[in-house]
Amino acid sequence: MPKIAIRIDGRRVETDEGSTVAAALINHGIWGFRRSPQGEIRGPLCAMGICFECRVTIDGEAHRRACMEICRPDMEVATDA
Amino acid sequence: MPEPLRARVVVVGAGPAGIAAAAVAAEVGSSVLLLDEAPSPGGQIWRSGSRSRLPATARRWLDRLHRSGARVVSEATVIDAEFPPHLIVDRRGRRLDVQADCVILATGSRELFLPFPGWTLPGVLGVGGAQALSKTGVSFRDRRVVIAGSGPLLLPVAAALVRDGARVITVAEQASRQSVMAFALGLWRQPAKLLEAGRLRAAFARSPYRTGVWVERAQGDGTVSSVTLTDGSNSWIEACDILCSSYGLVPNVELAVWLGCSLHGGAVEVDEDQVTSVGSVFCVGEPTGIGGCDLALVEGQIAGLVAAGVGSRSAGLRRQRAALRRIASRMEKSFRPRGELLHALEGATTVCRCEDVAWDRLEAVTSLRQAKLYTRVGMGACQGRVCGAALQLLKGWRADRVRSPLKPCRVGEMLVEKSSGEGT
Repeated sequence: MPKIAIRIDGRRVETDEGSTVAAALINHGIWGFRRSPQGEIRGPLCAMGICFECRVTIDGEAHRRACMEICRPDMEVATDA
Repeated sequence: MPEPLRARVVVVGAGPAGIAAAAVAAEVGSSVLLLDEAPSPGGQIWRSGSRSRLPATARRWLDRLHRSGARVVSEATVIDAEFPPHLIVDRRGRRLDVQADCVILATGSRELFLPFPGWTLPGVLGVGGAQALSKTGVSFRDRRVVIAGSGPLLLPVAAALVRDGARVITVAEQASRQSVMAFALGLWRQPAKLLEAGRLRAAFARSPYRTGVWVERAQGDGTVSSVTLTDGSNSWIEACDILCSSYGLVPNVELAVWLGCSLHGGAVEVDEDQVTSVGSVFCVGEPTGIGGCDLALVEGQIAGLVAAGVGSRSAGLRRQRAALRRIASRMEKSFRPRGELLHALEGATTVCRCEDVAWDRLEAVTSLRQAKLYTRVGMGACQGRVCGAALQLLKGWRADRVRSPLKPCRVGEMLVEKSSGEGT
């Protein structure tokens, strides 16, 4: 599987080309993607763009659904957990 | 604002139903535009992620779609719609306007989640959600997985995760053994389905498949680490890294409701031609009632032929549809969530995940409208798509209405309409 490099919270990591941002995070051991209004840690639930629990900041844009975005080279992903 | 895209037939959703509708309509010469939210067509069941190996039927339909001349626009989310058919689409953060003579809604379904203590822990996923993650690149190798849910979907998911290297600890089906057996025996006229079920069961032969078992609670610190299962008289704990728990599917009807289509029993009402109560709006596949891939393909083809003006060619498809709908109705009865699942909640259990609304805050509330005013239940980013179906079962509250934008988007996308309309 060809690899590409992205950044997760400033850390440079390799991930499979064609994988989603959610997959890249989980494969690097990150299950908590964000916090709920009361501060609970949350991660993906539906993995099909419905639940909005997997939101992260991608290239500076907040509230992107990690399960719906394919990793691009040099993508900057920021979690909030 | 760029010129709107125009087509005779616009199909929303590129799962099996939408692919079939778009392909057959384009094959007979209609101009067809197929809008889909995902990066590539296939829907949930035929997701073509980095690791998936698509079944032959999926490859055949995807090839047929590509040859048909239908134009596919991926990463396109419909956020608003007007009548006559004019759709406002969010495409990678930019607005796209689409006009059509008729619209075929093939918006699919989502999973039914029923809240239990611990269900908000990271690592607790939908059953289909786990499958989606596996298809889009998540490695399940050596992960301990408990699958607890309902319906035929449990089998392919368990088989796929085992193939991906997961250690499937147990597969718990909430329906009773009698229900499951009765459903299986009723499939005698569909030997291919029974063979498929047997093949899938063999693929996770080393994991137990238990009927009449469901989730009581999940435990964990930061992520899920164990789940308490019960058969109603005994409870026990299974250690796990991932818990997949959902109880069947819920039709995605929001766009149809927004366009004014009537519902019946939570699904979009359609006539023999798959036309909704709003003329020139068709609906196919799961939104018309959960029926699975085969039924979705048949309904999609019927709508595609009718929309393209050659509905007379669909006689054989209509007979298939009747038979497949009978199976779907038996499936719904056999795997209906048992009453005990609605009593798993504790006062502190989160019901609305977006707004962190706990079950006890809804105790004294009598209507969904009141609940929204007091607690913001169902008013967060998912717009009630997760808690809405649960609240319908728990409280008997029906979703009151749908509002635009149908999915969250940036304000700028909505504003374009006003500024261009006012000529500023």
